[in-house]
Amino acid sequence: MSRTFIDGIIKNNLILVLAIGLCPTLAVTTSAYNGLGMGLAATFVLIFSNLIISAFRNIIPDNLRIPIFIVIIATFVTVVDYTLKAYVPFLSVQLGVFVPLIVVNCGILGRAEGFAYDHSPGYALMDGLGIGLGFTIILFVMGTIREILGQGIWLKIPGMFSGFKVFGEAFTNSSVILMILPPGGFLTIALLMGIFNLFRRK
Amino acid sequence: MDNLFLIFLSAFLVNNIILMRFLGLCPFFGVSSRMETAVPMGMSVIFVMTLSTIITWFLYQFVLVPLDLIYLRTVVFILVIASLVQFLELFFKKQIPALYSAMGIFLPLITTNCAILGVAFLNIDNNFGLLSSLVFAISSGLGFLLAITLIGSIRERLENAPIPDSLKGLPISFIAAALMGLAFLGFSGFMGLSL
Repeated sequence: MSRTFIDGIIKNNLILVLAIGLCPTLAVTTSAYNGLGMGLAATFVLIFSNLIISAFRNIIPDNLRIPIFIVIIATFVTVVDYTLKAYVPFLSVQLGVFVPLIVVNCGILGRAEGFAYDHSPGYALMDGLGIGLGFTIILFVMGTIREILGQGIWLKIPGMFSGFKVFGEAFTNSSVILMILPPGGFLTIALLMGIFNLFRRK
Repeated sequence: MDNLFLIFLSAFLVNNIILMRFLGLCPFFGVSSRMETAVPMGMSVIFVMTLSTIITWFLYQFVLVPLDLIYLRTVVFILVIASLVQFLELFFKKQIPALYSAMGIFLPLITTNCAILGVAFLNIDNNFGLLSSLVFAISSGLGFLLAITLIGSIRERLENAPIPDSLKGLPISFIAAALMGLAFLGFSGFMGLSL
């Protein structure tokens, strides 16, 4: 079972290996905090949809499974959407339309169809945790790179914490703004994937 | 944002749905390695996006809002889009085989294209009326077609280019997209439209 968990983080990494779920990865990672928030929101949906689908896998009729999966996933997405709106309204505004869009994140439907539907709840839970953690780590790393280079600070939490100053004042005043603009997202993930491939080949 | 022309420019160029808003990246990278697949995918997206916008707009304004069921919008929209796509696939297969062979294989992929659902949500978040929503959907679709055509032609050329092993395939396409995005950043501020 711990094998399933570790495979979820590395061998089946949603972004670096399977290259799905790219939209939120690029769109919300302008800061480490946003990346972490998005990652945790998706992980929550993934864990619970995996659990429910695997628990009911003997009842769900085969030819109706996709619509049923979608409804289960959409339910948990709605739960996350309204929870974020209530408790972390600022984060909810920052993530914007990408919170309801977790429902079309192919990674979550892919795990439901490809894993949870033919495994017991214990394994499905471990898979959800592993895949979710792998996704969250990448989002956090991308957010970290883009925030540090783009703003010179790290882990800024709006309204609570003004962030660690990584570089001096001079850098913060003339940072690489490109990195927090859309093209910076493409560039960061390209380099991350390149580095990951370099190590995987060895 | 009443001006329809401004909505068009914003959705088509300044806030291009792929390069600036990051919606619909899966098909953008998934089927763009050749022009023969990139262009039909773009066409299918325009078509489905326009239809789904009309349907979701009416559903939202005349069913969900009066019944106070706004919190169900995620579930309702994704089901409507999924069934619309399924219906179109069957309809094309039976009635218009030529269109089916051109678009058919791309239609199932469109269900999980976040651009379609994203545009439906953005229309509501921006409080667009029916006409504005339609213009927004069509120009977003056109922006998608523009971006996927551009990256398709770049990737065809990249096939013969000497690329470091670890950057082959997706990573180099991301870099190409980053450069395209940089070029599109030049449109920001155009006619007073910002990101």
